[in-house]
Amino acid sequence: MNKEKIIEVKGLKVSFGEKEVLKNVTFSIEEGDVTVILGGSGSGKSTIMKHMLGLYPVTPNTISIFGQDIVTIDEEQELKFYLKLGVFYQNGALLNSLTVGDNVALPLEQHTNLPADAIEDLVRTKLNLVNLEDAYYLYPSQLSGGMLKRAALARAIIMDPPLLFCDEPGAGLDPVSLANLDELILKLRDQLGMTILMVTHEVTSILRVADKVLFVDNGVIAFEGTLTEARQSEIESLKDFFTVGTGGKKVTH
Amino acid sequence: MRKKKWTNKSNHFTLDGNVVRLKKNLTIHNTAEFLNDIELLFRKSGESDLSVDLSGLDNIDSAGALAIHRLPENAGRYNISLKIENAGKDIENKLSLFSPVKQKTEQSHTKEGILYLLGDRAGHFLAEYVASFFYLVSDILFWSVRDLFNRKQRRKGEFVNQAISIGVNALPIVMAMAFIIGLVLALQSSSQLRNFGANVYIVDLTVIAMMAEMGPLITAIMVAGRSGSSIAAEIATMKVTSEIDALRTMGLNPVRFVVIPKIYGSLVTLPFLTILASVAGIFGGAVAANLYLDITPEIFFNRMPEALYQKDILTGIIKSIAFAFIIVITGAFFGFRVKEGAEGVGRSTTSAVVAAITLVIIADLILGLIFY
Repeated sequence: MNKEKIIEVKGLKVSFGEKEVLKNVTFSIEEGDVTVILGGSGSGKSTIMKHMLGLYPVTPNTISIFGQDIVTIDEEQELKFYLKLGVFYQNGALLNSLTVGDNVALPLEQHTNLPADAIEDLVRTKLNLVNLEDAYYLYPSQLSGGMLKRAALARAIIMDPPLLFCDEPGAGLDPVSLANLDELILKLRDQLGMTILMVTHEVTSILRVADKVLFVDNGVIAFEGTLTEARQSEIESLKDFFTVGTGGKKVTH
Repeated sequence: MRKKKWTNKSNHFTLDGNVVRLKKNLTIHNTAEFLNDIELLFRKSGESDLSVDLSGLDNIDSAGALAIHRLPENAGRYNISLKIENAGKDIENKLSLFSPVKQKTEQSHTKEGILYLLGDRAGHFLAEYVASFFYLVSDILFWSVRDLFNRKQRRKGEFVNQAISIGVNALPIVMAMAFIIGLVLALQSSSQLRNFGANVYIVDLTVIAMMAEMGPLITAIMVAGRSGSSIAAEIATMKVTSEIDALRTMGLNPVRFVVIPKIYGSLVTLPFLTILASVAGIFGGAVAANLYLDITPEIFFNRMPEALYQKDILTGIIKSIAFAFIIVITGAFFGFRVKEGAEGVGRSTTSAVVAAITLVIIADLILGLIFY
């Protein structure tokens, strides 16, 4: 069965000064998949994601999300567009002046007419989903790194977005927390049908959750395929990721 | 009186006898409307038993699931017994995934008497602010004296950088402000002096006021706003981003590394800045005297030596040195005290400026009394 393409990127080129970071990036992401963007440090993985989120300027007809060119979205549609996206930032990006509960409630308070008690119920349920209900009244400065990440995930999914972007979700987490996070990501995919795009280095996490792998190398998508295809790929740098990432020795070229 | 029967229509359900049939989707975008409609139904239905049929529901999300979970409780408020039935497998899964939290975390409240709270606050203030402020002052004094004789461990070029940043770069704005203050001071005094025929005393008034009082004060207030805030923000950001911790773990004293060059830079430049500001203020006074009291610049500057005492110049310089200490120490104190992220940096910066200006004015009063 052909799945709907949620994201289509065609010929994305990005330069910072004279340095060409992305030369000609083309790929698509299908509905209900967990897609992982993999690549070395500085390969431009996060840059691709930031362009998709409209945080960096993009030329027309390069990136379309939900069938809509992100450059031509007018102001009226912009809010509706952003409500379909959830973004899970690497450092959490929670507002330090608000409690965890208020941070997670913020999109609901701003974009829905739900009564306050319904908002509180919803926030507590989402915090419970990420095992963080106890932190409802705590401030971000009182949370550990792993708790911050879970609170950030609760905020990212509070509006039940059909599309979730995760920037290095597992960075800095212990293996148990990472496994719990992966389990949650799979739950979001399977039970809520979310399409999830992850930028990550964590090979153990990729092996657990990825349906599809995009490998960025030298400014292009050097590999695009399923996880099984990625593991069997003959591309040396991609092989190294899986070999070293699972505790093996790097292939000497 | 029998309640009026439900006759309104809802986009989200139909009422069939005593069965409420939910339809289509129940998501975060229409849940608020659904809750309003169903509340109206409960109020007007007149039934004591209702059942909610979910078989017509295609899709729900977390908000929809929680709204369904809330229905029995909401109905109970109108003495209606409510049953929820016929949920499809997908809807059942989501209802189970998004069920309300039973044991909610409560916010902890401490109930103490007002005297206890006052004592607690005072103790906290003394321990947190006063003690750590004096600790920092002693640390700064120790290192600023010790590093005078220890050139080897001083960061090369840092004193010059700080002197430029705190002193030289502030020169145009400080002189402009002092000129305007001097001009306004003379302008406001001129009509009173003219009434008494004491026009020439405008020189004495301007010179003494600018040299001993207004010059040091304006300079200190401008520098507190400009450099005091920047010192607090720099140190607070360094603390938030763990740079201060990094210095400690490299065996470097953060006070010595970060604050002492700023102390030297401000101690050397603030007296010069103060003298130049005072001169600019006197020029402002001379302009006003010429325009409103017909005192030519020649008369004004010839009279100046008679009005200007060494003591006033010295008072201004001593004040400027004290103010330099206050501004840097206050900036550093609030910078090191930062506890949270971006908002904490902003709060430290504001507190540093407000405290520095307040302390400068108090110090001005004390020094004014001493040198009176």
